Amino acid sequence: MLNITLEKRQSDSKTMSYLSPLFAIILTLISGGLLFTALGQDPFHALYTFFIAPLTDVYGWTELGVKVAPLTLCAIGLMLCFKARIWNIGAEGQFILGGLGGGYIALELLEAEGFWVLPVVLFCGALSGLLWGALTALLKTRFGANEILTTIMLNYIALNWLLYGVHGPLKDPDGFNFPESALFSDFATLPVLSDDYRLNISIFFALFAVAVIWTLMSKTLLGFQIAVLGEDKAAARFAGFKEERLIWFVLLACGALAGLAGVSEVTGSVGQLNPYISPGYGYAAIIVAFLGRMHPVGIVFASMLLALTYMGGEMAQMDLGLPKSLTGLFQGMLLFYLLACDLLISYRIVRKPAARAISSSSNPAQA
Amino acid sequence: MDFELFTNILFATLRTGTPLILIALGEMVCEKSGVLNLGQEGMVLMGAALGFIAAVVTGHAGLGIIAAILAGMMMSVLFAFLAVTLVSNQVATGLALTIFGTGLSGFLGAGYVGMAIDGIAPFPIPFLSDIPVIGKVLFSHDPLVYFSWVMFALIFWCFRSTRLGLTIRAVGENPEAANAIGIPVMKVRYGAILFGGAMSGLAGAYLSLVYTPMWSEGMSAGRGWIALALVVFASWKAERILLGAYLFGAASIMHLVLQGLGFEASPNLLAMLPYAATIIVLVIIASDAAKAKLSTPLALGRPYRPQV
Repeated sequence: MLNITLEKRQSDSKTMSYLSPLFAIILTLISGGLLFTALGQDPFHALYTFFIAPLTDVYGWTELGVKVAPLTLCAIGLMLCFKARIWNIGAEGQFILGGLGGGYIALELLEAEGFWVLPVVLFCGALSGLLWGALTALLKTRFGANEILTTIMLNYIALNWLLYGVHGPLKDPDGFNFPESALFSDFATLPVLSDDYRLNISIFFALFAVAVIWTLMSKTLLGFQIAVLGEDKAAARFAGFKEERLIWFVLLACGALAGLAGVSEVTGSVGQLNPYISPGYGYAAIIVAFLGRMHPVGIVFASMLLALTYMGGEMAQMDLGLPKSLTGLFQGMLLFYLLACDLLISYRIVRKPAARAISSSSNPAQA
Repeated sequence: MDFELFTNILFATLRTGTPLILIALGEMVCEKSGVLNLGQEGMVLMGAALGFIAAVVTGHAGLGIIAAILAGMMMSVLFAFLAVTLVSNQVATGLALTIFGTGLSGFLGAGYVGMAIDGIAPFPIPFLSDIPVIGKVLFSHDPLVYFSWVMFALIFWCFRSTRLGLTIRAVGENPEAANAIGIPVMKVRYGAILFGGAMSGLAGAYLSLVYTPMWSEGMSAGRGWIALALVVFASWKAERILLGAYLFGAASIMHLVLQGLGFEASPNLLAMLPYAATIIVLVIIASDAAKAKLSTPLALGRPYRPQV
């Protein structure tokens, strides 16, 4: 029998809420090392290949930025929802719809020239994501449908819609029947920061969104209302906050941000529509939001780590011949360990007091 | 539509509904004990992957099924440890289980993509399967379809007239009171979660060994989530799960129906149907909120921590 037990803390430990992600990362690294050993790899070399080697040159860091941008945009939107206790799992679908909606306009404007093209495309992408989010909000506020399930269903519908597009009406007529659209014109492509790298200006969209949402949450009444709604629904109602309006706001904002991420991806590093425009950014962003402690700055760092797991997966595939799906495995482990370590925020581990100690300490109370 | 096609559609509906029945029955038992496990999708995928791997390695589909059940149970133990022992947030933990299961199954199954196996052969029930129409529709299936009926009957009976059913319900309605009359709340919840894991693993095996005998990443295509909606739709009643699962089965094979009627439609658009149907169903359930509340296990999703 284990000699330890859990004891509820008087109040949640702030220190632990910051240490918990660290513990989770360490535990993930240890488990990863064991896993690599079991696969017959040198664990240190393999971990180095996965987590360090991708970042040993400037190119690696710019590639990290390419992935941080969509992850941060999605996660910052999800954070708003989670803060309000709206379990929006739909960033993936909103991301895809953003890419699809923006991509559709970009294809319509293939012949168009001028610098107005890109803003129009970006706007339509964000709008598509927003409308997809609006659907969830409508189902939630008007019909009371559970948002976890509706958003997941909408993710699958969005994916099938994209597949329909690239297999059907949006397929490139000169594309040898591949399920891909034509390449977007230069006027509908995000400018890169340097011609040597793929990093484009979407990283600034992400940082701007972080700044805006951070201000919103820490300085405005609206942000305060969202936080209160999440902490204590009854209190929010008592204070006269418009619950429905807040739900609409967080879901629309998240939809627009994820949609912007999607359209930035297709007009940025992808350059066309194809079935693989999202490597699961919308789902990974859920982990980012949790790992980043629902704080904008934390989310930026967590995005970097999750972005690294994508690059590590590719690196491990190339250098070690391991399947790329290592990425998903590491992401899952990370979230699992995080949730386990989060226990330490509200509980402390104590040694079980001996049976006698209990009886003697409770006696005076009874006497 | 000719008659044979009609028979085929009914036959296919039963096949498509079977994994949903297995997952939903398992989740129903789990939720009856007050635990909301959103990790079905991950457990199904793990079952599908390990079931397939075991079948390929050993050459026996039967061993594949056992491996799948064990895989589902191992995943559910992870969930139970976090959600019951460590009282973590059930929603987040379930999501984590799905993300983890999707990743792990993809990783383990990576070397098995594109392989073909024989799968589990249909087992027509003697005499019964010779009856015209009904024989083909009901009694010419693989053993797992029959097994889903057996499990349905068992669970229906369990919650209707056994002490075990009452115990599970007591734990899900009011764990404190259940604890006070000496029911081991934690053990019951562990048991219910494990059962759910086993059923999801089995459903995974159905997908990778029977339905489409192969493995591909993410092959469950949201069935775990659809089953979750199904449990709510069925207001935690086994007989309505059976009905609902077959309705969804029918929605998923609409392409067959439409072909029969002579329509041409994009397979991608038709693939949206079960998901859209799920959303519609969620709306219908929610419109009767009072009734939904009445049948929801009272302590669903609420962690229980014994006061020592």
